[in-house]
Amino acid sequence: MRNSNHVSSIIDQEIIRKDQAKGLHNLIYVKDLSLWHGKQQTLKNVELNIRDKGITVLLGPSGCGKTTLLKTFNRLSDLYPDIRTEGSIFFEGKDILSKEIDVYDLRQKMGLLSQRPQPLPGTIAENIRYALKLKGIKAKSEQDDRIAHYLQKVALWEEVKDRLKSPAGRLSIGQQQRLCLARGLAIEPRVILADEPTSALDPISSRKIEEQFKELSQEFSIVLVTHILRQAKRLADYVAFMYFGEVIEKGRPDVLFEDPKTETFKEYLFVGH
Amino acid sequence: MRNTYIQEKVAKVILAIFTLLIVLVLFSILGGIFIKGLPALNWEILTQVPKGGYYFGKEGGILNAIIGSVYLAIGASLIAVVISVPTALFIHTYLFSFPNWQKRIRLCLDVLWGVPPIVYGAFGFNLMLFMGWPTSLLAAIITVAFLISPVMIRAMDESLQQVSHGLFESAVSLGFYKGEIGYKFLLRQTLPGVATAFLLALGKGIGDTASVLFTAGYTDYIPESLTEPAATLPLAVFFQLSSPIPEVKARAYAAAVVLTIIILTISISSRFISKKLSKNKIA
Repeated sequence: MRNSNHVSSIIDQEIIRKDQAKGLHNLIYVKDLSLWHGKQQTLKNVELNIRDKGITVLLGPSGCGKTTLLKTFNRLSDLYPDIRTEGSIFFEGKDILSKEIDVYDLRQKMGLLSQRPQPLPGTIAENIRYALKLKGIKAKSEQDDRIAHYLQKVALWEEVKDRLKSPAGRLSIGQQQRLCLARGLAIEPRVILADEPTSALDPISSRKIEEQFKELSQEFSIVLVTHILRQAKRLADYVAFMYFGEVIEKGRPDVLFEDPKTETFKEYLFVGH
Repeated sequence: MRNTYIQEKVAKVILAIFTLLIVLVLFSILGGIFIKGLPALNWEILTQVPKGGYYFGKEGGILNAIIGSVYLAIGASLIAVVISVPTALFIHTYLFSFPNWQKRIRLCLDVLWGVPPIVYGAFGFNLMLFMGWPTSLLAAIITVAFLISPVMIRAMDESLQQVSHGLFESAVSLGFYKGEIGYKFLLRQTLPGVATAFLLALGKGIGDTASVLFTAGYTDYIPESLTEPAATLPLAVFFQLSSPIPEVKARAYAAAVVLTIIILTISISSRFISKKLSKNKIA
């Protein structure tokens, strides 16, 4: 079951202090995380640090557990009662897998951008307004200012400023994904969890999302799940390569891609080119 | 050698014959009712309640039954909405994580859907006796509400099943709680489905005879309160059709025409409304 005993938490505080002494600023520590879907083990003793700011890429073939790992960060895994976890994920000094965590608060700190854009029913403006209302922003004028601000931030403003009241479902898929990103930013998260966010998009829309991620990575920690090697190379500040539920290799991309240690990763790099 | 062309033609003809057959059935029912009912249909029958000697072919109309049916169907549908919307949302929000419970509840609803209306009638009758109510509009409304709720819930449920899991996950990820997601997003996304479900149930409610046989009573007057008995169109058809007098029989068909027109209007407008409400839907 969920393991968040006091001793491990003290040890982790020490690790955090040591890392900080070395000048490393990690935001999330995944410690010995295992996860089961019913009887099938999907994550095996995952150890991973997510840096503060920058893009951490979870790379690996389909079905290797990257998305599952991502969805434990915002406890979306709670929706599926047959999922069982062991180990810990430390974020802001607390184990987010423990029962004491306020999941609603956690989910607002970990904005998720899903594989297919999921605009909420309603207009373009309403989609962002929903998020602003969740943050307790009630004044209409402030909401309107922020809607403009976040749409500008994802470079969608110029395309939609004249039709903010038209249904979000009428936007192109690429625009919908940027709208979802804007909505996620309006929640003011600390981390952006992105689950293959370009897989449903055409190359031009994909490139736009990638460019925005580069910019946003100055402000946010982004955890990007992808199986596309070239995307990982373009974006990653830090890479973890996953295979059958395990993190096999991790490190800075310049080192990792140039000098793969395991045969599996070598093969992935070879095939992926 | 396979003679695909001939097989293709034979298959096409056989399938088309059965399709045509069912369309013909619809038109012959409509045709039969309209041919027999239209001559007896006039302004008087629509705007008057039965007068003395009406059931012997004298003056009067079926306004009592028209109004009774409308009251009954609207009342029952409103109660059914109050029961159905939360139930359908519960299945899709709090039971999202428990597919087995979703299946069990659907099974219960399907069984309820299949229970014959006369059984609901008997249930309503017992409830009425237990509560000490007379045959009344209220007793009929409650009975019909029970009858149409499973239909309404399942229709809403079917339309909620079209909403992707991704939408739910996205809303959960933003930090909404499940109940909120239900009434803010799922309901909005399935508004066309909800409207169709409402009208489907309304149509079933207005046309059902057996469930109100024991509970509504029958009266020549327009009910002025919920505790008074009410006439309904299906019962008006039933009682008048069993009369040996030709004028009365013809009026039974006229009542059937009115009932049919109401149901056709409901079902056509449900399509129209569902199209209108689809505006904010995410594909």
